[in-house]
Amino acid sequence: MKVELRHIHKHFGAVHANNDVSLTVEAGTIHGLLGENGAGKSTLVKILSGFITRDSGEVVLDGRTAHIQSPADALRYGIGMLHQDPLDFPPLTAIENFMAGSLAMRAILNPRAAERTFRALCAQFNFDIDPQARVSDLTVGERQQLEIVRLLANGVGTLILDEPTTGISASQKTLLFEALRKLAGEGKSIIFVSHKLEDVEELCDCVTVMRRGQVVGELDLRADGLRQTEGKWPRDQHFSIAARIVEMMFGKELAMPVKPPTHQDEVILSVEGLVLRSDRLEMRIEHLAVQRGEVIGVAGLEGSGQQLFLMACAGLERPAAGTIRLADRDLTHKPYRDFLQAGVCYVPADRLRDGLISGLTIQEHVALRTSNRRLFINRAAATAEAERAIATFNIRGRPDTLVERLSGGNQQRTQLALMPSPLNVLLMEHPTRGLDIESTLWVWQQLIARCKQGTAIVFASSDLDEIVQYSDRVMVFSGGRVSPPIAASELTADSLGQMIGGRF
Amino acid sequence: MLYRVGAFVISLVLIGLVVVLSGASPITVIGRMLSGAFGTADQIGRVVATLSPLLLCAAGLVYTFNAGLYNLGVEGQITFGAIAATLVLRLLHPEGASASLAPPPLTIALAIVAGGIGGVLWGLLAGALHVYGRISEIFAGLGLNFAATGIAIYLIFGPWKRPGVASLSGTQPFDESLWLGTFGQTEATPVALILGLIALAITIVVMRNTYFGLRLRAVGKNLRASYVLGVPARRQLLSAFFICGLFAGVAGALQVVGVFHRLIPNISSNLGFLGLLVVMLVNFDPRWILPVAFFFSALNIGSLQLPLSLGLESSLSGVIQGLLVLFALIGRGLAQRYGRKLEH
Amino acid sequence: MEFNQLLVILATAIAAATPLVFACIGETITERAGVINLSAEGTVMLCAMVGFVVAKATESVWLGFVGATVIGALIALIVAYGTITLKQSQIAIGFVLALLCSDLSAYLGNPYVRIPGPTVPPAFPIPILQDIPLIGPLFFREGDVLVYAGYVLIAATWVYFYRTRGGLTLRAVGEQPAAAFARGHNVVALRYAYTLIGGALMGIAGAAFSLDFKAGWSYRHTAGYGWIALAIVIFGGWNPLRAALGAYLFGILQSLASVAQSAIPDVPTQAFTVAPFVLMILVLVLTSGDWLDRLLSYLPVSARRSLSRALRTAPPAALGRPFEQD
Repeated sequence: MKVELRHIHKHFGAVHANNDVSLTVEAGTIHGLLGENGAGKSTLVKILSGFITRDSGEVVLDGRTAHIQSPADALRYGIGMLHQDPLDFPPLTAIENFMAGSLAMRAILNPRAAERTFRALCAQFNFDIDPQARVSDLTVGERQQLEIVRLLANGVGTLILDEPTTGISASQKTLLFEALRKLAGEGKSIIFVSHKLEDVEELCDCVTVMRRGQVVGELDLRADGLRQTEGKWPRDQHFSIAARIVEMMFGKELAMPVKPPTHQDEVILSVEGLVLRSDRLEMRIEHLAVQRGEVIGVAGLEGSGQQLFLMACAGLERPAAGTIRLADRDLTHKPYRDFLQAGVCYVPADRLRDGLISGLTIQEHVALRTSNRRLFINRAAATAEAERAIATFNIRGRPDTLVERLSGGNQQRTQLALMPSPLNVLLMEHPTRGLDIESTLWVWQQLIARCKQGTAIVFASSDLDEIVQYSDRVMVFSGGRVSPPIAASELTADSLGQMIGGRF
Repeated sequence: MLYRVGAFVISLVLIGLVVVLSGASPITVIGRMLSGAFGTADQIGRVVATLSPLLLCAAGLVYTFNAGLYNLGVEGQITFGAIAATLVLRLLHPEGASASLAPPPLTIALAIVAGGIGGVLWGLLAGALHVYGRISEIFAGLGLNFAATGIAIYLIFGPWKRPGVASLSGTQPFDESLWLGTFGQTEATPVALILGLIALAITIVVMRNTYFGLRLRAVGKNLRASYVLGVPARRQLLSAFFICGLFAGVAGALQVVGVFHRLIPNISSNLGFLGLLVVMLVNFDPRWILPVAFFFSALNIGSLQLPLSLGLESSLSGVIQGLLVLFALIGRGLAQRYGRKLEH
Repeated sequence: MEFNQLLVILATAIAAATPLVFACIGETITERAGVINLSAEGTVMLCAMVGFVVAKATESVWLGFVGATVIGALIALIVAYGTITLKQSQIAIGFVLALLCSDLSAYLGNPYVRIPGPTVPPAFPIPILQDIPLIGPLFFREGDVLVYAGYVLIAATWVYFYRTRGGLTLRAVGEQPAAAFARGHNVVALRYAYTLIGGALMGIAGAAFSLDFKAGWSYRHTAGYGWIALAIVIFGGWNPLRAALGAYLFGILQSLASVAQSAIPDVPTQAFTVAPFVLMILVLVLTSGDWLDRLLSYLPVSARRSLSRALRTAPPAALGRPFEQD
């Protein structure tokens, strides 16, 4: 099935998530869709699969306009999506998952017939799933295989896969790629959303790169020739395909480092042989020693384990092995409050979910942070304290403003205002996400002032400019692998992009 | 605001409809209920006697609700408090003995303290099941309610049965020296009222002016973020169960020493559930508890006149209370769903 | 005591558990779709009153059942509207309704207290089936039409849950509404439908009390049974068969308790109503933490899977949570 998306627009509040996006996927091809987090690729595929309704634009399937308002509509048109976290029913068995929502099922289920179909489809792709196994006992890779088989049984002609290679084993990946090639060979169109360069290179026929809600480039990998939307970049044969993609994704030039040196000789945070596990990742950090006043930038595409690492350093996640030391204190497996007492502070990315409390005011947040052994809140003092914080951190709000009423930037300023003092280690996710340039500069001024006082900062960001501008050293996370820290001044756009793509 | 007022009006209309459906005139019913609640000193005394434990329960529930917990186990906490109080009274004043082992005022005080401890135990049991066993506090609480009632019935029929016949009417009444003093000849006891008012006053202050109250609200609104900000979340949840159990247990002890003067199976008189309704109606804000609890108590006592004078059932009070709270919830939901759309 | 006598006692107890079976199956259906209808206590009681009054007024037992069913569904509609559409707490709405409907039944049912009314036609044995040894005398001799309808309901619910497309969808909606939505199901409509169906069954349970097994109406006629139904649903692990089994066990326990009363006079029968709640808490303790898995990890792998499947009774994953469609 040939899929055409024409002039798609989508706003979320003030954010223009898709700005005049057009994309054509020929039948029988595997089309890669690349971009940083927030580039708009998820929005685009969700529009195609009916989860989000577009503001304007057109979806054309095999030359005919399609009216897709819900996942049910998309399924009727033969569009199926494989979500990054498989959207299935963990307590049910594999075969029940296979049957649930199937268009082919009669009112009375016939599990035996379904099992025959299931086994036949699995055999086609060399998938080995026990139909009676509970989905909660399957690996992410197997759940993916189950979803593919299920969508195929529903007669899907277009398959969308969102980051399918995160959290699956190498052999499962091989199996997945074989299956996708086979499906493309049968004339189905496949949209492969990913950030892994080698996967895209290995698998895709075409690649579209998005940045800030727009398509910034297209590449036909079969012809190995550059087809540009703007036609400005040189055809340099020395560029490898990956390098071209990296350039499209991140831009040609990296910003220059602007951070003054602030680090002191004393090591404040040290990590040895740290092993972290989640249900989709396992990673190992051999050795890291962060000095007082130093800024470590953590780069990598979202979901590569950065958050896990920061939370482990904050004492909010138990490492499977290894040690975490603060100055000369061993904090491994110690409760979170010991980390707090040792002067560690974690500032999460999802402000209203993990960082601030909806329904409480700025003043109440300030009081919550300053509360010690005292019983009563001194209202006047608390208001004065809050007013001071508001003035110092330039928050556009009053002491009695509820935090959910603040803009994103002001919420971030509030989070900064809540940082304790003195502070030894600051762990931050996306310090300036959603902030305008002025606020960004201001936030970093504050952070660098902290560094001068001896605070070490480890921050994750998907903005590579920010990483290079403000870090002393940079670590790159890619699908569970972690690079050793590299001095920011030695990085180039190309080397950084390659590393994010998993090459180091 | 429009939706809330609208919902309130609908609840009034429905209450009127229910009254008309039972063949009575709403005006007459209002009149009879008013005279039933405030007609004589004795009746006012009963309103106050209902109000006092209700204040204690409602005040306790403010803590659990603000911590984001539906402590449906409050009934069991009252009952277990009553059992503990009875135990102490029986120990210090064995059946058949002519005088208690300690001076009566001390005995009563010890019984009230024991009631508090009993309530705390039952509350912490629900809390531990919730915090450590990850069991919904709703089902843990409901289960423990019936368990407490089961224990009370067992005691009333078994070890603590009346000499001669065991019956659902309760244990042998205590010696009159162990009854709480009352306002004149009424049923209202000053001690209970003072304890109820103190509990409420403390609660208002704690929720408005202390770090503890602030932390409690933080945990109730966003457990995860509070934890990240350094609030000891588990301890905060357990304290909420602790305080609610304490207040409810004291209320249970007061039911024993002040109202029934013995242990009966339904010693809680559903005051715990009534307290839940009160706190839901005031949207967890303790400042409004006193008027609402007073109104609800007056309804309860006023409706007792209905069977005598109009041949109606006294549960009309429950119907009124239930409809008011139900439509307060629906009004809140409507305001959240449609009110916001108007804003944009 | 003779064996035959015991069989008759047990058979009567099983028959008497029928209203509870209806209530438990109804609640199981609703909770499987992800909604807790905490109003069970009030729903059963109000419907018992309405069923009796309607039957009395129309002189038709069956119209009484119709009336009770409609009221049960109406209460469930309030639960559904308040929690699914208005996204208020399922606990708050259900709890208020539980109290409100109990009081409403007492208030409006006042004129009907302790007066004779129509009842369901008497028990009759089922030919052939009644002659099966043990099973026959236990299940197919002492029942009336409701008892047998109860059996059909249990079987039909089980078949619907595990053998039909609709049942699979119902379970799916309670486990992972987002995934059900992704597969094209209308989660909101399904939740409404199953809440109403569950409420209707609880209505039948109420009428089954007042028109059959506890014939007549009195103040708080069915007190406690709604809460017990909620406990049995958990004890039954949200499985209709096990929930029904729990209801029958409870019936047997109750009648045995009154037999045992003569043996141990110190323990009153009322104390036995505690049993389902204690069992419920035990089941919750066992299944909520990871204790079950830890215990099972000592067993050989081959035994582990079937045993864990038999024992694990996790609640529907989305139980009590509103569905937010992005």
